[in-house]
Amino acid sequence: MFSSPGLIMTTMLQTTHLSKSFSYKQGSLSRVAGKLGLPAKEQQKVHAVSDVSLSVKSGEVLGLVGESGCGKSTVGRMIAGLLPATSGSLSFNGQDMTRPTVDTHLNIQMVFQNPYASLNPRQRIDRVISEAAVYHGLVEKKQAPAFVASLLAQVGLDPSYASRYPHQFSGGQRQRIAIARALALDPKFVVCDEAVSALDVSVQAQILNLFMDLRASKGLTYLFISHNLAVVEYIADRVAIMYLGRIVELADTRSVFSRPNHPYTQALIADAPRLNAKVVEHRPIQGELPSPLHPPTGCAFHPRCPRAMARCSSERPALVELEDGHWSACHLNDAVNSHPLTFQEMQ
Amino acid sequence: MALLEVNDLVTEFHTEEGVARALDNVSFTLERGKVLGIVGESGSGKSVTAFSLMNLIDPPGKVAGGQILFDGEELRGASARRWSELRGTRMAMVFQDPMMSLNPVMKIGSQLAETVAIHTKATRADIDERVYQALKRVGIPAPRERMKSYPHELSGGMRQRVAIANAIINNPDLIIADEPTTALDVTIQAQILYEMQNLARESGTALIWITHDISVVKDLADDLCVMYAGRIIERGPVDEVIADPQHPYTRGLIDSLPHAENHGRRLYSIPGATPPLLALPAGCSFAPRCSRAGRICNQIPPVVTDGRRDHRCFHPLG
Amino acid sequence: MMMNDIDAKAIPPERGEPPLAAPEHPMRLLARRYLKSRVGTGAAILLLLITLIAIFAPVIAPQDPYDLTKVSIMEAERRPGESSADGRMLYLLGTDGAGRDMLSAIFYGLRISLGIGVISALAALGIGTFMGLLAAHFGGRVDAVIMRVVDVQLSLPTILVALVLLAVLGQGVDKTLMALVLVQWAIFARNVRGAALVERGKEYIEAALGQGLPARRIMFRHVLPNCMAPLIVTTTNQMANAITLEATMSFLGIGLPQTQPSLGLLISNGFDYMLSNQYWISVFPGVALVLLVVSVSLVGDRLRVALNPKLDS
Repeated sequence: MFSSPGLIMTTMLQTTHLSKSFSYKQGSLSRVAGKLGLPAKEQQKVHAVSDVSLSVKSGEVLGLVGESGCGKSTVGRMIAGLLPATSGSLSFNGQDMTRPTVDTHLNIQMVFQNPYASLNPRQRIDRVISEAAVYHGLVEKKQAPAFVASLLAQVGLDPSYASRYPHQFSGGQRQRIAIARALALDPKFVVCDEAVSALDVSVQAQILNLFMDLRASKGLTYLFISHNLAVVEYIADRVAIMYLGRIVELADTRSVFSRPNHPYTQALIADAPRLNAKVVEHRPIQGELPSPLHPPTGCAFHPRCPRAMARCSSERPALVELEDGHWSACHLNDAVNSHPLTFQEMQ
Repeated sequence: MALLEVNDLVTEFHTEEGVARALDNVSFTLERGKVLGIVGESGSGKSVTAFSLMNLIDPPGKVAGGQILFDGEELRGASARRWSELRGTRMAMVFQDPMMSLNPVMKIGSQLAETVAIHTKATRADIDERVYQALKRVGIPAPRERMKSYPHELSGGMRQRVAIANAIINNPDLIIADEPTTALDVTIQAQILYEMQNLARESGTALIWITHDISVVKDLADDLCVMYAGRIIERGPVDEVIADPQHPYTRGLIDSLPHAENHGRRLYSIPGATPPLLALPAGCSFAPRCSRAGRICNQIPPVVTDGRRDHRCFHPLG
Repeated sequence: MMMNDIDAKAIPPERGEPPLAAPEHPMRLLARRYLKSRVGTGAAILLLLITLIAIFAPVIAPQDPYDLTKVSIMEAERRPGESSADGRMLYLLGTDGAGRDMLSAIFYGLRISLGIGVISALAALGIGTFMGLLAAHFGGRVDAVIMRVVDVQLSLPTILVALVLLAVLGQGVDKTLMALVLVQWAIFARNVRGAALVERGKEYIEAALGQGLPARRIMFRHVLPNCMAPLIVTTTNQMANAITLEATMSFLGIGLPQTQPSLGLLISNGFDYMLSNQYWISVFPGVALVLLVVSVSLVGDRLRVALNPKLDS
């Protein structure tokens, strides 16, 4: 689906028109009223994710960026088999995995955001790490202690920690344990859902290094979900930007950050505090993130977009490939007589 | 005379496992109308500093030593009455969670009105006008309608703006903001940073901005304090500290930030982790993680100053 | 620090990583926290004493008050401190209307009261936990049905329900136990369901699901152990309630038979003698009952605080 000059990379994970909506069931009274023809409260539907088509190549790190309500965590959970999709499909190495099965979990694992909540407080670390591997028959019970020790070493922890409980460890150490648990099932694909967001800066660097090392040593592929642009810029090969459930831009990292096309991406990059960025007098984008219950018509970003046209409020722009591998969903790319201002020109 | 002068402030927490010194001889000054950034990781004492300055430390914690001079007046040991007079009028605080300063069962207009009414004798009409102006200043659209909303009807960013409005409504001399934008989205954070900067400049309010993210405070602050394990280990004008840090921890912190330039390479990371307050190493708390540490580092490094910048280190950089 | 193929060689912790606190078994930690309270320690000692008395009653009681060969009507209504006619027995707490030694009767009574309280509470714990987990696991209609039954039962006064049940079931220790269990299971079910629902929403459960572990295993091996702590307190409270409820039933003359009297029955039997100033036949069993219930309640309360030190007011 995406062409990349030079290196031939195989697609490992592919989502096609993946969508997820949550509906609030009407109370029985409302349903009765509806049947009687009386005015009743409408069934509310939240489209958390709409029409997301992504492909992740073997060995790459795909960054998934957005603010609250954009649906990035929901996409991550669908890929990891934690949430069934409402529509669309998901395939892994050619095998259809739209309905999560045990195979899903053996190939795709997830590392969660909160190191203080993602470990069972009543389980010893050795059980935390080995339970699923033993259950699925990947490791024999007798071999479990050696297995655990090896994994702990791979994430930089002393093997003697295996007999301890989670509350004895710091946030960074717990996250390492969570990573060891994910590695125990020998996955090829890891979804990192804000995996470093809850960590202190110095610990964050250690864990990012760990991710990099494991990627090299085990040949892992990552979907790296984060709201922190600096982290994504550092670790990702390609980046997808989401807004209110849809992908608005997708390109390799350098292109996204130096030549962002979509006005939302431009705003996000300009607004993100960067230590090295030159001081630019820039007025941040106005407005609030829309509620997923009442999405704007047409392009979801148009109420906040400084370059919105009349067309933007009625027609939703499609995700279109502009140049090799750089996709964007914006009518500005389409307009015949205007050309989208580049990022530098906007300053 | 400086607006705020803090000398050797000590705050302790008495727990069943021992006494934790959350602040150990913290000293800094803040001039009128200036912005001070306090940066630190978890366990550094940055939030405890804010709470100590506002007399919000509850047992088992207490401010155990030092001076807090606000416009020349010693605040430590001041009566509850005096604190009531100062807080909300001359000193105000904004918390990370706006619901720490907002009452969930009161309309926001009433809450802001209450803040004015408690501290000033103003007519009803005056108060309403001041509430309207405050909401307008923090960028809340349609203030007259919004006044009738409850906090839960607003988004996170809006709530934080209301909390800020609550802080500025009596034109304080000092606002202490404890991680006010940490829980907010990037675009909202940018808006609020921008507005706070303008507010501070326009009204000459001094601002203390506490954060774990040094990039946030780089453009906003005039001076920067870096805290580690309850001590200020470096202090100075923000650009100089960031460009040319003297303390190895500051250097390490800046170097471990990820960005495009080190794409594909390992990040510098400070080995180890922050020590728990109940088990601090003797002497310099950073020594176990420091590549420059020597024998002398098992004494507490004293503050070394050249007038503009100071640090606590026996082996400073540069 | 990161390596490719490593076997389990010991790796020293990273430079500057603060050493882990020495591991302390959670039970020891709990015991240490609990014993900080003098009231709690005293209550625990008292309860321990009572339990030992109850267990060893047949051995340590001076007399088996229900052995008709040992009891003589001639010894009836002796005052506390008197001796028997032949001087061989000292009635520390006097005798009752049939000549039974009060001290021994109280020992046996404690045995029955404590035994019934403990057994019924534990059985209710088992049944209630199972039902609560079922409701939390299945949700939907199963949850609705179970919880409505619980709601109805909890809204009825326990004495009323117990009375009706015992009237239907008749007298006897086993029937009393059954009635007490039926009355108590509901509160456990509600507490466990609530706690289970809370735990189920947490990330470590999501992680377990993400590792392909089946839902049933997660319910019993992950959710349940994390719901247990507050249950310890509920169980001790229920024990105190069960003891009191059983005493009330016995006082009213239903439930336990005369041959196996609990403290409640002893109090009831001795009630008629109060008017003739033979207080000891009713009062001493009453004091024993109070000591038993108070010690159980205090232990339960102090456990609650020891489990969550922040609750200490």
